[in-house]
Amino acid sequence: MIRDITIGQYYAADSVIHRLDPRLKLVVAVAYIVMLFLIEGPVAYATALAALAVVIALSRVPVKFMLRGIQSIFLLIVLTGIINIFTNKTGTVLWGQGWYAITSGGLLFAAHIVLRLMMLILTSSLLTLTTTPIRLTDGIEYLLAPFGRVGVPYHEIAMMMTIALRFIPTLLDETDKIMKAQQARGADFESGNLMQKAKSLVPVLVPLFLSAFRRAEELATAMEARCYRGGEFRTKMNRMVFERRDYIAVVVMVVFLALEVILCIIG
Amino acid sequence: MSIEVKHLTHIYNPDTNMAKKALDDISVQFHDGEFIGLIGHTGSGKSTFIQHLNALLKPTSGEILLNGKNIFDPNTHLKEIRQRVGLVFQYPEHQLFEMTVYRDVAYGPTNLGLTIEEIDSRVREALAVVGLGEDMYEKSPFELSGGQKRRVAIAGILAMQPEVMILDEPTAGLDPRGRDEILGAISQMHQKLGILVILVSHSMEDVARLADRIVVFHQGKVAYCGTPREVFSHARQLEEIGLAAPAVSYILADLRDRGFDLPGDLYTMDEGAQAIYEALQEKGL
Repeated sequence: MIRDITIGQYYAADSVIHRLDPRLKLVVAVAYIVMLFLIEGPVAYATALAALAVVIALSRVPVKFMLRGIQSIFLLIVLTGIINIFTNKTGTVLWGQGWYAITSGGLLFAAHIVLRLMMLILTSSLLTLTTTPIRLTDGIEYLLAPFGRVGVPYHEIAMMMTIALRFIPTLLDETDKIMKAQQARGADFESGNLMQKAKSLVPVLVPLFLSAFRRAEELATAMEARCYRGGEFRTKMNRMVFERRDYIAVVVMVVFLALEVILCIIG
Repeated sequence: MSIEVKHLTHIYNPDTNMAKKALDDISVQFHDGEFIGLIGHTGSGKSTFIQHLNALLKPTSGEILLNGKNIFDPNTHLKEIRQRVGLVFQYPEHQLFEMTVYRDVAYGPTNLGLTIEEIDSRVREALAVVGLGEDMYEKSPFELSGGQKRRVAIAGILAMQPEVMILDEPTAGLDPRGRDEILGAISQMHQKLGILVILVSHSMEDVARLADRIVVFHQGKVAYCGTPREVFSHARQLEEIGLAAPAVSYILADLRDRGFDLPGDLYTMDEGAQAIYEALQEKGL
């Protein structure tokens, strides 16, 4: 059902990873993802995968829950893999000929891409699963602040992200509710061709848009009623402070990155 | 149509740390033509419960028999169940989407694949039951008042000609006038059509006035089930689970504590006044 979509979802648990400073987690996640695109060789990848597995284990997010996030884009991953198998023609031919030849290089490259994609998604979903949206946007706001001098409206960007993230589950619930209400009136969203299916969504989309606009207006009014006027002179209730565990995490990450560099050089 | 619920249990988000038992071994029966009041505090499981009655949710365990047939049987036609069991959600006016009142009410019957004449007669009938005249047919549902919008939405379900009508908090968020309009329309509907009506509410006053039988939900279980008299005689216990009995029950309970000889099963204003009057006369006051 529609509730199974877990993008941007937070998984409440008490773990070291949950408690880490959001700024640190953001930087580490970005660094890790960039690294994924730079490293080469099976040893380097195995090490990166092992590190990711350790962090997932530390986060106490059930593996089942993590994999559910991948499920939704499983088709995309498979498709990417297949395309890469047939477009890369390096190495020896294993099967077929001409345009549909499968080569050893192609297979390796496809496996490489699929693995990289899955690790990328796991990393980013681990970030949102272990960080509340509020802390996440606080972190983003802080990291974007230096760009404020060149005119980037960083506070507004962070606020928009907070609101968007906050409303994803609300709107999903709403969609679920409206779909059920229309099903109770005999709506059928499954059968028929593409055109009929698209048409059957009108009774869902119209009320959904109306409700999204209604909520937006109510929220804007509520914010204005509480004198919200952007980021100037605004202070935070929860200030982010680096603690011992954060410094330890920095050291661990630096050591890990150094290890990957060495593995790539000798591999 | 009669409904028999047997050992219904529903757990949300099973196998995660957010798992929550919303319904816990519910067994209850509703008979044809009854007016049932379903009450419970927020989160007591009543909304979850009613979504099982037309198979929008599947239970973790247990079964529901409609006229003796289990609706969770894989061979059951879901569309047919949903036509026979009409469900009006909370804030049903949020599901309106058509350009005119008439076309919105016609959405359900059209999905049933009826002829144009049949659709037309159903739409007219449904709108008449909720008290909306022909002058409303061509209006946009979005320019109506809150109470009117909600009646249009109820008519949208009525036009499916269900054998059971379930209404989830139909008076929530309406002003007193809108509330009376809706409750009037529901009571009318019950009298005219003689179908089983299940009214979900947390307002004891609303339910007390209309229901033949009251089912009280608490923490996913049926706490009380019986006629309003029986249920409201537990005024104190109801309060403990966060529900208020009609005001009259409290006055009578207080007076009983102070030594007046009053029956414990009265809940309407008139009955209460009469009983107090008689008790005072007995004491020679």
